[in-house]
Amino acid sequence: MSLLSIKNLSAVSDRDGGAPILRSVSLELRPGETLGLVGESGAGKSTISKAVLGMLPRTVRITGGTAVFCGRDLLGLSSRELRKITGSEITLIPQDPMTALNPGRRIESQLTDGLRLKRGMSSDEARRIGLELLEEVHIREPERVMRAYPHELSGGMRQRVLIAAAFAMDPKLVVADEPTTALDVTVQKQILRLIRAMQARHGTSVIFVTHDLGVVAQICDRVTLLYGGMVVEAGATKEIMECPRHPYMQALLAAGPRYDRPDRKLAPVPESIFAGLREELASFDRRETRNG
Amino acid sequence: MVDVTIVQPPALPRRRLLTDLLANPKVLFGGGFILMLVLLAIFAPWIAPRDPIEQDLMLGTLPPVGLPGAEPGYYLGTDDLGRDVLSRLIHGSRVALTVAFIAASLAALVGAMLGLLAGWYGGWVDAVVSRLVDIWMAFPPVLLSILLVAILGSGIHSVVAAIVIIDWTRFCRVVRAETMAQASMDYVTAARTIGFPRFTILMREILPNVAPVLIALMSLEMGIAVIVEAILSFVGLSVASGTPTWGGMIAQGRQIIHHGWWVLAFPLLTLFATVLAFNQLGDGLRRVIDPVMRR
Amino acid sequence: MADTLLSASSIEVVYGAVHKIKVLHGIDLTIAKGETLGIVGESGSGKTTLGRALLRLVDVAKGTITFDGMDITHLGDGAMRPLRRRMQMIFQDPMSSLNPRHSIRQILTGPLLLHGLATDRRDADRQASQVIERVGLPLVSLDRNPHELSGGQRQRVGIARAVVMRPDFVLADEVVSGLDVSTQAQVLSLIGELSREMGLAVAFISHDLSVIRAICDRVMVLQGGRIVEEGACSSVFDAPRSDYTRTLLDAIPLPDPMPGWLEG
Repeated sequence: MSLLSIKNLSAVSDRDGGAPILRSVSLELRPGETLGLVGESGAGKSTISKAVLGMLPRTVRITGGTAVFCGRDLLGLSSRELRKITGSEITLIPQDPMTALNPGRRIESQLTDGLRLKRGMSSDEARRIGLELLEEVHIREPERVMRAYPHELSGGMRQRVLIAAAFAMDPKLVVADEPTTALDVTVQKQILRLIRAMQARHGTSVIFVTHDLGVVAQICDRVTLLYGGMVVEAGATKEIMECPRHPYMQALLAAGPRYDRPDRKLAPVPESIFAGLREELASFDRRETRNG
Repeated sequence: MVDVTIVQPPALPRRRLLTDLLANPKVLFGGGFILMLVLLAIFAPWIAPRDPIEQDLMLGTLPPVGLPGAEPGYYLGTDDLGRDVLSRLIHGSRVALTVAFIAASLAALVGAMLGLLAGWYGGWVDAVVSRLVDIWMAFPPVLLSILLVAILGSGIHSVVAAIVIIDWTRFCRVVRAETMAQASMDYVTAARTIGFPRFTILMREILPNVAPVLIALMSLEMGIAVIVEAILSFVGLSVASGTPTWGGMIAQGRQIIHHGWWVLAFPLLTLFATVLAFNQLGDGLRRVIDPVMRR
Repeated sequence: MADTLLSASSIEVVYGAVHKIKVLHGIDLTIAKGETLGIVGESGSGKTTLGRALLRLVDVAKGTITFDGMDITHLGDGAMRPLRRRMQMIFQDPMSSLNPRHSIRQILTGPLLLHGLATDRRDADRQASQVIERVGLPLVSLDRNPHELSGGQRQRVGIARAVVMRPDFVLADEVVSGLDVSTQAQVLSLIGELSREMGLAVAFISHDLSVIRAICDRVMVLQGGRIVEEGACSSVFDAPRSDYTRTLLDAIPLPDPMPGWLEG
């Protein structure tokens, strides 16, 4: 039984004259599982996560497919129905902790927004839960942090607050959109550990969007690799990391430098692999035009 | 030289600036209207159906064509002295546009120069310019302009001088802020590591990036100048009373509003459309010219 | 190191006129001709400030900087100009480091003409064409503006601008952190090749130890404006002496699933 099941999701960009940005993407997410969505810029990973969160920009048009979450197709819901799900059953851990918090509001009000507005809690009740959440994400002096404004906190602290906010509503699914890209490696490790712990405690599924294969290897149960809005490779993380099937995945694993393999030469992804990928995209588009 | 692959840049056709400008509705509307006004102003004696100062008391306060009592040939009616409203509007655009173009250009020149220097060199240059601007902006502008024209004497030169003296601060502030923003960009650091002299960096690297804001602001300023000129004409401090101006027409129309509303309405409408057109043009230009915003 | 090109001794940098904040607490370093030194640290370590101090883009409060035997610590703009040709920089964000209103041709020929390295515009054009081909871009790129290129292509232009004057020293500040993995490896190997071909000394600033190891001879680890550890890559990476270096290395997620890594 899957929590989220995306089938043949296709989308085009109205700005670029109807250029395809998702090409029949399918993926499954089981309860409690972490799925890594990887790809380079323009691969479509953030389009997928935005579609799930109901935050697609107006310039992106879905042309086909379904995204069934707990029995309901998210793509077929009215914006009113969708708002009931996003922000409470599906929440987001954003990429940039520096801009994701409103600089003019105290942490308390931002952290408890959802509890008060969507759960109808009183401020006192919301405050009590907010304090518990801050303790849960290992923030010392939660009382002080509740009163603080975002600029008084470090990047790592802000990301902890955002994680607390994402789990505040006990969501079934959390979309983590490159949540550690802007952080130092030592902080990144703490944040990854925290997401893992919160997820285990709340029984939440996570879609982890990233471009870092190292992060994927350490935190994701399964992984989907995208290129040009098309799924190139998908499967259990361990299998894919140990014996990747698609040449693009093989090349990406070989291209990233590793401090533990000094003897390994830098191996840029050969142009022939991109040519092959472009050919795959073109033949997909030809099939589409013929069928549709 | 082996493993560096040659990657073709995306097949992005380099769009021509002119076609881009024409494709922007704001530029098209605003620019088109201003262009029409400019042509009207230049060829006013040939286009205007009548002499704008010729009085004929027998034909006083004629309503516009289409209303009862209108005379053929007086399309927008006449004022209480029997002067043709349309012809006066057309001739009035001469003063309005002359003031707009000259005053806005001069204010931009003075303000932008000081703003660039203050924003780029900082230190005491910035301190002096910024204090000057602060003090300058503490004066109420309309009062100051009336005072200035009263001192300088009326006439188109005084109107232009009053606008420049008051409005250079607007350019100075915006250009200074924009210069500082650009100065913090890495391409400016790159120019420093290459060894370009400071003034060269200002002219070669920074000025072209400040230009879009400057052009937009100039267009806005032209709209403001048209209004200021109208205000000064309204209070009788602009050009000699014989020359038709929109502000003068509004002042005159105000007195006969009960039996000749058109004498007030048409210049007011023209003024409104002109200022709107300048604002739209400015906004559109900024969007089209800025290469970063264009994408 | 006999052939020292650039050296700094106990330099300190202080920011702010009123609330003085010391960002560098006495840094010593030397870079030999043709050598690539990695400078690694997390945010707030002072690595970026150190790089800019070496290029005399920020002033040092104490200490001396020597370039090719010459004390450049307090040289004025005019006196620095002839040296500027010899010390160049590649930036982190190629978009903001290329003037959006200049064509790639202007970006590359401007420096040549300024320093009199080209006899005339034709000659500058010829040299720009050579370098643009060397960094793996087609000649048509010369007539493009930066925003018409992709991120990786822009970074190649950034590299071309740094090497077009045939410098002796290049500072590379987080040059691949904004790029995709596949582009990263291309840009890194390009920098590696160029430094070998031209005998360039490179100071390579990065937060990514894997990237440092791939292209540097020596590495220096900074924390809070102080040097924590320094040495040949092989010794620092294989047998780190400082706890901080070890923490940094342990925090890097490697693309092999390692159960227990998160908890470690």
